[in-house]
Amino acid sequence: MKKIRENNALTGWLMVSPLAITLLVFLVIPIVMIAIVSFWRATEYSIIPDFSWENYEFLFSSSVTYRVFLNTFKYALITWAFTLTIGFTVAYFLAFHIRTLTWQIALFLLCTIPFWTSNIIRMISWIPFLGRNGIANTTLLNMGIIDAPLEWLLFSDFAVILAFVHLYTLFMVVPIFNTMMRIDRSLIEAARDAGASGAQILWNVIIPLTKPGIMIGTIFVVTLVMGDFVTVRLMSGSQSANVGRLISNDIALLQYPSASATAVVLLLTVVILISILLRFVDIRKEL
Amino acid sequence: MTETTNKLSRRTVLKGATATAAAAAGSTLGAPMIWAQNIRNITLRQFGTGVSNLNEVAERVREDLGFNLEMTALDTDAVTQRAATQPNSFDIADIEYFICKKVWEAGNLQAMDTSRLENYDNIVGIFRTGLLTPESTIAQGTAPHTVGFTSGQFGTDFVQEESGWMTLIPTIYNADTLGIRPDLIGRPINNWSELLNPEFAGKASILDISSIGIMDMAMVVESMGEYTYPDKGNMTREEIDLTIGIFTEAKRNGQFRAFWRSFDESVNLMASGEVVIQSMWSPAITAVRAQGIPCVYQPLEEGYRSWGGGLGISAALSGIELDAAYEYINWYLSGWVGGFLMRQGYYSAVPSTSREYMTENEWGYWFEGLPATDVITSPFGDPLAQAGETRDGGSFYDRMGAVACWNSVMEENQYMVRRWNEFIAA
Repeated sequence: MKKIRENNALTGWLMVSPLAITLLVFLVIPIVMIAIVSFWRATEYSIIPDFSWENYEFLFSSSVTYRVFLNTFKYALITWAFTLTIGFTVAYFLAFHIRTLTWQIALFLLCTIPFWTSNIIRMISWIPFLGRNGIANTTLLNMGIIDAPLEWLLFSDFAVILAFVHLYTLFMVVPIFNTMMRIDRSLIEAARDAGASGAQILWNVIIPLTKPGIMIGTIFVVTLVMGDFVTVRLMSGSQSANVGRLISNDIALLQYPSASATAVVLLLTVVILISILLRFVDIRKEL
Repeated sequence: MTETTNKLSRRTVLKGATATAAAAAGSTLGAPMIWAQNIRNITLRQFGTGVSNLNEVAERVREDLGFNLEMTALDTDAVTQRAATQPNSFDIADIEYFICKKVWEAGNLQAMDTSRLENYDNIVGIFRTGLLTPESTIAQGTAPHTVGFTSGQFGTDFVQEESGWMTLIPTIYNADTLGIRPDLIGRPINNWSELLNPEFAGKASILDISSIGIMDMAMVVESMGEYTYPDKGNMTREEIDLTIGIFTEAKRNGQFRAFWRSFDESVNLMASGEVVIQSMWSPAITAVRAQGIPCVYQPLEEGYRSWGGGLGISAALSGIELDAAYEYINWYLSGWVGGFLMRQGYYSAVPSTSREYMTENEWGYWFEGLPATDVITSPFGDPLAQAGETRDGGSFYDRMGAVACWNSVMEENQYMVRRWNEFIAA
């Protein structure tokens, strides 16, 4: 008996080890490294191992940091609101209005078609479209809706958020659609039998049951937007900054310790944000 | 000969196998070399920015010298990183002079013995004494000659006279100014201050590379009459605050359409008409014109902001590989590369040898500022100018003689970078 139990323990360890080792090597160790380097110091051309709070002191004493973090939250919040609205609507349509499974799958695949190209390409293709002499402005001018080209279409916060929404809506559609498909249809019938209106069914039955999907989608979108730097740079014409751009600027100038410190603060912020989100919904229980 | 062979490093021997094929080709074309057999087994690894890291050069090296040159093209920042932090990843570093100032102290490069450079005496004065002509004055910033010499082969300091030990062998340089769309502006532009002229609100741009952008800003501030810098290339904190302050205000007032970071971004901004006046690099002007869109590299009264690049040798090279590196550098200065680069609008360190590889028309257009007598084409075959056109800014001496400052690294660089980040976030 004892031998078998020992064997079980061993088997258990063995079964866990591939995942544990992978996570250790590719997740834990790099993050620990970043945390360590964030206490180092750097000059123009060299990095000096040290234990100094200098990087953090500068980070928290600079008004730029707060402004940039605020800007990053702003992007995340607005993008989240739009992707949620659009993503929920699309998923709702697919799950409840399309009756056959074949069509559901076909239309779902249709949503993924833009994802067959690189996201940089999808982003950059907005630039000629939104430009001063771009398709959007030319069309509006020809239709007589505007007299002068709209400058704010490109190289503005509008352009940044448009690109984010375009890039990340699918990350909202997929998990919401997934949870919606698991909703027991008899619950909706029961609600209807009990006299609930369409809006009441949506608000009291479907949304509560879709919460885990919404939460997963939210985590995807928020982390992607918070960690981005290239979308903000290209779509704002380098005129706006988010945390990712601060980090990339530091790296470009060999200021790895300072970049690491910013990265650590960003990581903690995102972790706190997600743990708050997870208090609202227990994903594990509801999946 | 056998002694030299014994000194071959393991890497050279390993690479020998791959080089055999090239050696076979080289034996029919190769120039006469004293140690022709051994050198064919060598591969030199060079990295640098895209401007001069061209595959055509590597191919020509294989034909003319018989050994291999591996090219890696990186952006300016990545080049600095590699030169400073990965000394074993390269044999030849193709870097800018202001980067040299940053990385030389790290000791990853070794100086070159000028007595082994055949064309040393023909190198343009800018890189030796700092004087283009005996009457010239030296511009502000990191002028190449100030970081061009060191005290010995492994010296880590800079000396201000021609010491016989050169840090970088100059290869390519140019004078930068503002690019404009004459068709959309419709009036002459003569001053840097026009960049902040409210007339161009929402139609101006500046490059988002702090070390270069701050210099362009300084040219503008000085031109506006706001302040005269003792040295634009080495500002004090107050001067940095002032400069960035003026531009932050302009940014808040919507002066800028966008900032650009890469060459192609600057081309697109200009070609699409999003921007009509901006900091620009010479080949970007060419690229806009190649699309049939008028674009001028406008000479301005206050002068140019100039930059220069050169080849440095890794401190790890010795023996036959070092010989090969010298061979390569001598070949680099012997004219073919110079002609190749000058036909794209850059200048070579030894113009006299480059001339042999250019037609009379090309030499007249690019170097002497004369009207083209026939169509000027790039080395890649694109037409760049028609007969009768002259180069923006005129001759070599007109352009390089009007340099106001060189790209540089300031002592307050870290502070400047932080202020630059604030400017972008403003």
